Amino acid sequence: MTKLIPAPWWSAFLLCFWLLLQNDVSVGTSLLGLILAILIPLYTLRARDYPTTLHRPLLAVQYFLILLVDIVVSNLDIALIILMPRKRIQPALIEFPLDLTGSVPITILASTISLTPGTISAELGRDGRSLLIHALNVQDPEATVQQIKQRYERRLKEIFQC
Amino acid sequence: MTDLPQWADLLISFFIVLGASFAFIGSLGLLRLPDFMARLHAPTKNTTLGVGGVVMGSMLYFSVTDAFSLHELLIAIFLFLTAPISAHLLAKAGLHLELELNENTKDLRKKPEQYTDKDS
Amino acid sequence: MLVYALQFAFGLFGLSLLMNILRLIRGPHLPDRILALDTIYINSLALLLLLGIWHNTMAYFEAALLIAMLGFIGTVAAAKFLLRGDIIE
Repeated sequence: MTKLIPAPWWSAFLLCFWLLLQNDVSVGTSLLGLILAILIPLYTLRARDYPTTLHRPLLAVQYFLILLVDIVVSNLDIALIILMPRKRIQPALIEFPLDLTGSVPITILASTISLTPGTISAELGRDGRSLLIHALNVQDPEATVQQIKQRYERRLKEIFQC
Repeated sequence: MTDLPQWADLLISFFIVLGASFAFIGSLGLLRLPDFMARLHAPTKNTTLGVGGVVMGSMLYFSVTDAFSLHELLIAIFLFLTAPISAHLLAKAGLHLELELNENTKDLRKKPEQYTDKDS
Repeated sequence: MLVYALQFAFGLFGLSLLMNILRLIRGPHLPDRILALDTIYINSLALLLLLGIWHNTMAYFEAALLIAMLGFIGTVAAAKFLLRGDIIE
């Protein structure tokens, strides 16, 4: 089983992607999608040098929902800053010390930071132990770091167990 | 356009107006924020919700008038995955070119050489 | 109702595109221009989706998806070129 389907989440994602692209769920498209979802991971497995396992799938779903809510919040936040007529913004470049290891969790954390209120991840430190964050309007940089740690990094640590 | 039931009409209109407003605000931010790193915030965040709203409207419209349709979700998923990546690369380019930042930016880098991209 | 919503949205997206073009012309630096181009791609794909609703056809969906993908690749290639002076190392 592990030989035939080496990356089950990836196969599931490919199947969903195929069905969405066809915009149709019939026996024929499902069968072709199933074949592709098994063959493509087998063929491209050698190119994956970042083995990652999803330990807590339910927590990942919860993380995704939190992320969706935060995207809406961040949109309103930025909209307010843009529409405020003469509000002085206080940007800051903040160092964020990483507790996570592994390239996939760090990538997910960096993307999350870019999508959530007021912050964009700008650069990964050369040693891979810290992220450089640009915050658009921040009074207390330490609080921002703590919030990201509490809200996202803790959950990612649990999901990927690293 | 075909005739729609009342609730679908209102809901689709709501999503489309929401999406268009956010896309507009994002572009406005691109025009009027003071420095490059600040300008980067507006389009990356607001276009995800802007396109998201339009995609929701389109999905509802075609599901109501035609067969059940979800494939517009692909565009939303794709933008959702790629917006942070292009923002990250552009931020890297901005840092690398050492563009001037707004004068009340607090630079809290302890070791700035940690984040340079130059080969040394 | 939907007709007015669509017309309103067309107007807003048109204004957004104009503002993006203004930023594209004004610069002042290359990353600003790349960012403006990226925003133009995204706004125009949303405009295409709206046009699909207006004409009641799904034919524009593939075009919108292609614009999304090519826009992303273009942005990444341009940013990479600014970073390294080279696209494929």
